[in-house]
Amino acid sequence: MSLLEVTDLRVSFPTADGVVQAVRGVSFSVERGQTLGIVGESGSGKTVLTQTLLGLTPGGQISGSAMFEGKNLVGLSPRAMQRIRGKEISVIFQDPLTSLHPLYKVGWQICEMIRSHDKSVTKKQAIERAVELLGHVGIPRPRERVNDYPHQFSGGMRQRAMIAMAISLSPKLIIADEPTTALDATVQAQILELLLRLQQESDTALLMITHDLGVVADIADNVLVMYAGRAAEKASKRDIFYQPHHPYTKGLLESIPHSSASNDRLKPITGQPPSLITLPPGCAFHPRCAYVMDRCLVEQPNLIPVADAGEHKSACFLPTAAVGLTEEAEDLRKQTVEMGRHAQAVKVAEAIAAAPESEGSVIA
Amino acid sequence: MTDSLTSSTGSVPAGFDSGDDTLIRVENLVKHFPVKGSGMLARTVAQVQAVDGVSLTIKRGETLGLVGETGCGKSTLARCIAGLIPATSGSVFFEGQNITNLPRQQMRPYRREIQMIFQDPYGALNPRRRVGSIIGDPFAIHNTATGGERKRAVQELMERVGLNPEHFNRFPAEFSGGQRQRIGVARALALRPKLIICDEPVSALDVSIQAQVLNLLADLQQDFGLSYLFIAHDLEVVRHVSHSVTVMYLGRVAESGPGDQVYDHTRHPYSAALLSAAPAADPDAAAERQRIILTGDVPSPINPPMGCRFHPRCPKAEDLCGTTEPVLETKSGDPSTHLTACHFPVQTGEQMARVSRREQR
Repeated sequence: MSLLEVTDLRVSFPTADGVVQAVRGVSFSVERGQTLGIVGESGSGKTVLTQTLLGLTPGGQISGSAMFEGKNLVGLSPRAMQRIRGKEISVIFQDPLTSLHPLYKVGWQICEMIRSHDKSVTKKQAIERAVELLGHVGIPRPRERVNDYPHQFSGGMRQRAMIAMAISLSPKLIIADEPTTALDATVQAQILELLLRLQQESDTALLMITHDLGVVADIADNVLVMYAGRAAEKASKRDIFYQPHHPYTKGLLESIPHSSASNDRLKPITGQPPSLITLPPGCAFHPRCAYVMDRCLVEQPNLIPVADAGEHKSACFLPTAAVGLTEEAEDLRKQTVEMGRHAQAVKVAEAIAAAPESEGSVIA
Repeated sequence: MTDSLTSSTGSVPAGFDSGDDTLIRVENLVKHFPVKGSGMLARTVAQVQAVDGVSLTIKRGETLGLVGETGCGKSTLARCIAGLIPATSGSVFFEGQNITNLPRQQMRPYRREIQMIFQDPYGALNPRRRVGSIIGDPFAIHNTATGGERKRAVQELMERVGLNPEHFNRFPAEFSGGQRQRIGVARALALRPKLIICDEPVSALDVSIQAQVLNLLADLQQDFGLSYLFIAHDLEVVRHVSHSVTVMYLGRVAESGPGDQVYDHTRHPYSAALLSAAPAADPDAAAERQRIILTGDVPSPINPPMGCRFHPRCPKAEDLCGTTEPVLETKSGDPSTHLTACHFPVQTGEQMARVSRREQR
């Protein structure tokens, strides 16, 4: 049994402007000791997805299920959720300065975490544990630093303190929401290494949310690519990077500058992500997709196995054999598109081709 | 003018081309910010040595990439070059003219030539003003076009940067992040500057949008012969856009030279660490890479380490590094444009990495 099994999770928020459909039926599972990377642009629903698992989306209309060790996290009472949050599942947020309380000492904040879940621990024991944890995550002179306030820590150290707090109760799952986005490259490397080390030591599962494909390439085992609240593609890390099937995944990979081809023109994805209130009909990616076909405009593709069938799944109508960045795959895509594109889709495709560099219309 | 340059890093380093294609030459630029004590008549108790003796050149029509971690002084340097903050000492030459700390009136013509694009495209645009008037501001300030002429110029600019000219009357909030950055680009472009300083122009954008803006900047450079000073922390992006690259560490230049030299024949241990730390979107490359994990954080620029400023974190540091500051110079075997400030530069093929964590896995 998987540690976490999310099935058809949907989250929407009613607002004055309309219903924001942040997550629209996402399923995935996380195994013990494994890292799942969730990749997507701003507004793709990756953060809402994980916050829902922790009961942190008040006001959201939630359906579907999220089984964590046999317990459904969706619809759990706040009290029951509180017992899981921090102890069984802990979180590391992007900005450590805003997640640490500025007026309390770092050590106190770690102690609070420990003692709120286990009342039998004395203050002294908790402090000892905090010192030990800070040392473990690589903060020099932890016995002195435990009495520091967050502002006395540098960005990297704050993130280490957050990680110390997250691992303080040996959770089974750590959700890391863009944990290194605010950090410099050398510090990011330190933090990623720390996360990997801790994971190996304690067999913790890691759910890593990021928009940085580099981070995913580094530490994930499996990857879930999200677009407009749905899973676009789900596969092992190698399949995502070397055998992408969904045009969005392919587009993301092609739009990153690579050192090998420094003077080549970049290939951006045209247009911009859709509004989650007025989603395009059919496949949400079709207004930006170079392979748009007739059925994409009306039918929403399901996540189905592609290539050699198995763990690699993609939500796209292109033939399942059309994976990878090879010319053969490209030919296969083009052939399919030629057959499947008539009147309406031709217009969409022409609009995309006509404005290769502009971002389409404004949001409003 | 240049005779006054006699500090420790010396005058113009060898290898800097001061030929006609030089647009900007920065010589030994220093910017210190005073740290005041408490109380009403606060005395200066220390100096934040944000930029401490930096020299560089930007050539016409080329891009100089400026790389370094938070607090290394790259943004301060950019602001000094743009004349937004006065330099403590040193000089900035624009087409051979010394424009350092010029009085307001005399600086005015140069402000047209040097423009900036900022990181946060929303913070850089006044939310209560219409896009048309934001982009039209440079014309108004420099009194170069009025009325219908100005409107036409603004709409031309909007079209040029990939915005719909009909959206002239919209507010910044009605645009997406990438489009806002295009507004910033249009405004910077308005007076046909020769240099645009881009301070982390794509850091706040999503990957797919980032590529759109980078392509736009490349097109504009070709069409208008622009020079860019391109500041970013994403090394792949910097490599993609830059002709030459300067790596800064704690207010000083660690290494500078043509892009492929700095990236493929890295000499300074700090540059090497920075490059090895940058995540590559390629699982196999990530697994094979020897990653140099630096220990600790960047020291405080108020009290930088003696000798080489990088020595407390450097895997190659020896006693000499703690006492003597290395000179920025060409190392043997390198072309004259490739400068490194290190006593023990990295040799080709040298393994600097501590145990790569991939081997443990």
